[in-house]
Amino acid sequence: MLTRLLALIVKEFLALLKDPKSRTVLIGPPLIQLIVFGYAATFELKDIPYAVFNEDRSAISRDFEAAFTGAPSFRRIATIRSEEEIAPLIDDRQVLLVIHIGQRFGAQQLSGDPAPLQVIVDGRNSNTAMVALNYVRRIVNQYNEDWLKAHGQSGLPAHLESRAWFNPNLESRWFFVPGIIGMLSLITTILVTAMTVAREREQGTFDQLLVTPLRPAEILLGKALPGFIIGMVQGTVILLIATLWFRVPLLGSLPALYCGLALFLLSGVGAGLLISSLAVTQQQGLLGGFLFMVPASILSGFATPIANMPPVVQAITLIDPLRYFLVVLRKVFLEGAGFDILFGQLWPMALIGVASLSLASWLFRHRMY
Amino acid sequence: MVMAMKEAPILVADHLSKSFTPGRQRIQALDAVSFAIRPGVITGLIGPDAAGKTTLMRLAAGLLVPDSGSIHALGLDATHDSLTVQASLGYMPQRFGLYEDLTVQENLDLYADLQGVAKDVRGERYGELMHMTGLQPFVGRLAGKLSGGMKQKLGLACTLVRPPRLLLLDEPTVGVDPVSRRELWSIIDRLVASEGMSVLLSTAYLDEAERCDEVILLHEGKVMAQGIPAEMSATLRGRTWTVSLPGRQHRALQMRLAQTAGVVDALVQGERIRLVTEQAQLPDAIDSHPDMHEATVDPVAPRFEDLFVDMLRGRPNSTPHATHLDFAPISPHADGDATAPVIKVDRLIRCFGDFRAVDGISFDVRRGEIFGLLGANGAGKSTTFRMLCGLLPPSSGHLEVAGLDLRHAASAARARIGYMSQKFSQYGNLSVGQNLAFFASAYGLANKARAERLAWAEDEFDLVRYRNQLAGDLPLGYKQRLAMACALMHRPEILFLDEPTSGVDPLARREFWQRINALALSGVTVLVTTHFMEEAEYCDRLVIMAAGRILTVGEPAAIKAAVRSPELPEPSMEDAFIKHVEET
Amino acid sequence: MKTVFDALRRIPVMRRTPASLTRLKALVRKEFLQIVRDPSSIAIAFLMPLFLLLLFGYGVSLDTEHVPVAFVAEQPSADTDDFRSSLLGSRYFAIATLRTLPEAEQALREGRVNAIVRLRANFSERLRRADGAPIQIIVNGVDANTAQLTLGYLEGAWGNWLTRRVASRGGELTAPVQLEQRVWFNSELKSRNFLVPGLVAIVMTLIGTLLTALVMAREWERGTLEALLVTPTRMSEILLGKIIAYFTLGTGGMLISVGLAVWLFGVPLRGSFWLLWTCASLFLLAALGMGLAISTVARNQFVAGQLAIVGTFLPAFLLSGFIFDIDSMPAAVQGVTHVIVARYFVTIVQTLFLAGDVWSVVLPNALALLAMAAFFLAVTWRKSRKRLE
Repeated sequence: MLTRLLALIVKEFLALLKDPKSRTVLIGPPLIQLIVFGYAATFELKDIPYAVFNEDRSAISRDFEAAFTGAPSFRRIATIRSEEEIAPLIDDRQVLLVIHIGQRFGAQQLSGDPAPLQVIVDGRNSNTAMVALNYVRRIVNQYNEDWLKAHGQSGLPAHLESRAWFNPNLESRWFFVPGIIGMLSLITTILVTAMTVAREREQGTFDQLLVTPLRPAEILLGKALPGFIIGMVQGTVILLIATLWFRVPLLGSLPALYCGLALFLLSGVGAGLLISSLAVTQQQGLLGGFLFMVPASILSGFATPIANMPPVVQAITLIDPLRYFLVVLRKVFLEGAGFDILFGQLWPMALIGVASLSLASWLFRHRMY
Repeated sequence: MVMAMKEAPILVADHLSKSFTPGRQRIQALDAVSFAIRPGVITGLIGPDAAGKTTLMRLAAGLLVPDSGSIHALGLDATHDSLTVQASLGYMPQRFGLYEDLTVQENLDLYADLQGVAKDVRGERYGELMHMTGLQPFVGRLAGKLSGGMKQKLGLACTLVRPPRLLLLDEPTVGVDPVSRRELWSIIDRLVASEGMSVLLSTAYLDEAERCDEVILLHEGKVMAQGIPAEMSATLRGRTWTVSLPGRQHRALQMRLAQTAGVVDALVQGERIRLVTEQAQLPDAIDSHPDMHEATVDPVAPRFEDLFVDMLRGRPNSTPHATHLDFAPISPHADGDATAPVIKVDRLIRCFGDFRAVDGISFDVRRGEIFGLLGANGAGKSTTFRMLCGLLPPSSGHLEVAGLDLRHAASAARARIGYMSQKFSQYGNLSVGQNLAFFASAYGLANKARAERLAWAEDEFDLVRYRNQLAGDLPLGYKQRLAMACALMHRPEILFLDEPTSGVDPLARREFWQRINALALSGVTVLVTTHFMEEAEYCDRLVIMAAGRILTVGEPAAIKAAVRSPELPEPSMEDAFIKHVEET
Repeated sequence: MKTVFDALRRIPVMRRTPASLTRLKALVRKEFLQIVRDPSSIAIAFLMPLFLLLLFGYGVSLDTEHVPVAFVAEQPSADTDDFRSSLLGSRYFAIATLRTLPEAEQALREGRVNAIVRLRANFSERLRRADGAPIQIIVNGVDANTAQLTLGYLEGAWGNWLTRRVASRGGELTAPVQLEQRVWFNSELKSRNFLVPGLVAIVMTLIGTLLTALVMAREWERGTLEALLVTPTRMSEILLGKIIAYFTLGTGGMLISVGLAVWLFGVPLRGSFWLLWTCASLFLLAALGMGLAISTVARNQFVAGQLAIVGTFLPAFLLSGFIFDIDSMPAAVQGVTHVIVARYFVTIVQTLFLAGDVWSVVLPNALALLAMAAFFLAVTWRKSRKRLE
């Protein structure tokens, strides 16, 4: 039993890794992708290009301008002299926003009237627009507070004292890098499993396997384990990169994290083999792989929170193993969670894994022809 | 080598060389090959596997660029003017790429358009081709749903939509049953006679070589001989005999004769053994043997196959491999009656949709028997096999292999059978050694037993020098050896062989049957499907199948005897087969 | 790069002889027949965009509403109730009122709430002092983006409450500078308006590549290419036949996607349909070209499939500007995004849908698409000469 299984695993590894192209595809991209995506996936704006249209020539308006010039996230691209210049700059995406200071900006402030400050934002990417507006609001609030203080006016009856737990500087990279670990693991398992059975069917080797004393369950296990092992090794490398290169704090229990990874790989491999055993041709296997992988990633809460989805879609996400794994990753990395908190995420993955593997094994036996 | 020609040759190769480097090894496919081919005749390209036949065809069609030398087709350089050459020659690759999801008519239309056949002449041309190939009733059928022989004929029809001046056919009859083979040949003969086409045809079937006007014998990338087949085989005159020994099992006799010194070749041919000797007289060893006093030995006319075997056996690396199968006669399961059936098939039916691939067949196979399933493509042989091996559930009926239904039996039961499928089905992207190692373990061999069997397999099947080569890159004959080695790894007591020798050259085929005989002698039950009629002679008993039904069951001699008639005093197995098939 | 341009130059100017046209027509017809007989191509072209767009159009949203927030008033009073009701009135929050801070912290740790608003025991008292009362907010910072948004919403609620409170006491709260925001193209900042056009680009990348990723490899594996190659057919005709057939199919998928975006999701299409059509065609050509190139280079369906999985989805998802702003990426990563076909198309569709025909955006990106298409087709052409080697 053990020899047979070992032989199967060795064979699967050889079949996967012997072809240099296949080897390259399997080993190279995940590491490169983690680095590239790790830098790419962020909602923080580092370099907001903006223009200033200042109709007021007073010292106060120049002070105000300086508040933006001094802000690290803003980069001034242009200074505008007329209303007509605004549209082309925004249309062409040269600037994300234009700050329009009215003629009486300084005078109004001195007279105690509120001075309106118009900010025109390119809303094509609504999230970017919203984040940029938040930055602007913060600068304006700061300016207001300073101005009031400088002019001896009383403070407000209540003020906010905000603090962020787990990620004090609200760095979105800390959020996304663990997410990418999950996505890459998913892709690898699908890559390894989704087309293998169809390939053996197309090449006729599947029959040859079935006439050996190997049981369908053993064949299934032989196909599942390489994906699992590759996923584990790759996961470990990626974890190292995430902590050592991106310096994402890893606070929680490592055993819990690995338990999550193992269960996630189990469910991913199960889904891949399910697709694989359903597919008659490799084309169908590939298609099935995509039809699982793409929704599983987009609906996992990787970039857009599950809470924002309508209830029906939220219900669909319950069968998405990545959904649970992302929570495990983030909770272990940033919140320092252990088994007690993660139990609610672990058992659904185990259930999905067991269910999909049993179904795949049933299909193995009943779709032999 | 180039002989005087009355007309300008239609295909000329001049010091043509071509090599490939799959992996690390460099393979010289063609080595300074020179020849010229006459127009208006059929030229056969004959040679064992990996002789370079396909490479030569591809070079002639302008699909490959030679390393050195040149090849001219129709007076044009096939390499540099490939588009022009391709416009006026027809080439049918070994595995003609029919679009299986297109119908017969759609495939024809596609190639007519691609070949630039004018619309107004198409109707007539299609009519001719469909009539010639007998595909008329199937024009609306998907090409993927045709039988192997029909596919091959459709491939030929597609190649011929625009009558080419030179037709290149790469092993057109591999995997095609005798009926379809006869039809293909009559089509080719007609093309040459009526349209004056020149044909270059490669084949591993040597009876086909005799039908060629001229043959080129290719071996390991070199031209060994070129000439008219009858003239070539005439050089063997006086060295060919038939031997018959009443009351003696001809299979055992053949084995003994084959191992006798001075004998080049011994072959079962009906009730007799065909013998090729080194000298123009019977070797002393035969003459002086006491048994042989009762034997009738007659000199016969040499055939091309005799010549081929003689020429190749004379070369290094081609000596017949001494077989030592190391099969301890297995009998742990041979409880009781040795003649009890080990395979029972009773009213077996298998349907695919409303198509009955196997339609109520029944037969028994006894232990130690070589049992043949003979039939045209699509007769239901492979489907029957797949059911016996448990790969396919029957629609109804009962079957038993070693007392079990393998589909539901415990996995250990499968260790008692070996299966070699029709299509190459080892892992093409694994090396030979890795394939062997994998299947050894898959059959549960471990440690010392495993190492022993691996060494045995590499040695027995001459796979040592290919150990590190990818299985997918092996020449066809070696792929077959590898498949057989894998199937025998665990000393099965029942062996299923599905078209094991299809496309394999005569030498490899002889070696193969030598092994099968030895296995059967040691008590292994062998089930084999084939459409080589001569191979049917090796079987103890056989069934002839057509359209999912069994036409007849019996010993080869009895089956042949049944069709004996005044016109056919000594019918061959092929005659018997065709007669039976035609009767239905 | 240089070799590719050389290859481009060497592509023979196709003389459209009648024979060549007939061959091309025959090849296109063959492709269509194969497409019709193999349901998986149709599924890729028509069902996949439908399925993915519906799922994502409804599922993906960055509009955070009903953020679960724990409200802790350590000593409930009229003032704390007043503040709480201002939060309850907002659609951005789903308020859970808890008694003590530890309870709330536990809820935060377990993920039941995303933020805590805590009013200390002396809130009412300090409200009347000169330095004012602190309102403590703790957010879960794991999802930094949601955390930022939540903080922003809470600031807004706090500001409203302050203004109301001061006004109700006859006072007036004036900020020296008052922010007036005007969001162009998407005044309500609906994330769907920018996500759906981007999705069209992502989905079309997948479809375009998937349609062709296996086709050349399949012809190699099944031996059909060898039979085609010995006919007088040129390689360029074989490739063109495939491109025409799958282009038509892809255009169908494209129309479905755009139709869904406009009619189902109500994304305004402010630019001209024909300009969108033209750019989409260029993009489709590039995506198909990429698939063909993968297929030709791999020559083996398994590897081609792996390349398609690795090379399309994640890069298009993360590096195209679909969700993540390219300008915020480090320079090196920005450089990488230039090889992602989807990047150019995402930019174009977002502009064409929401802003209109802005030529200065559309033109350079369209040219980039054209260059990518040419590049991939040249690679394909170069790698698939009419030889078997």
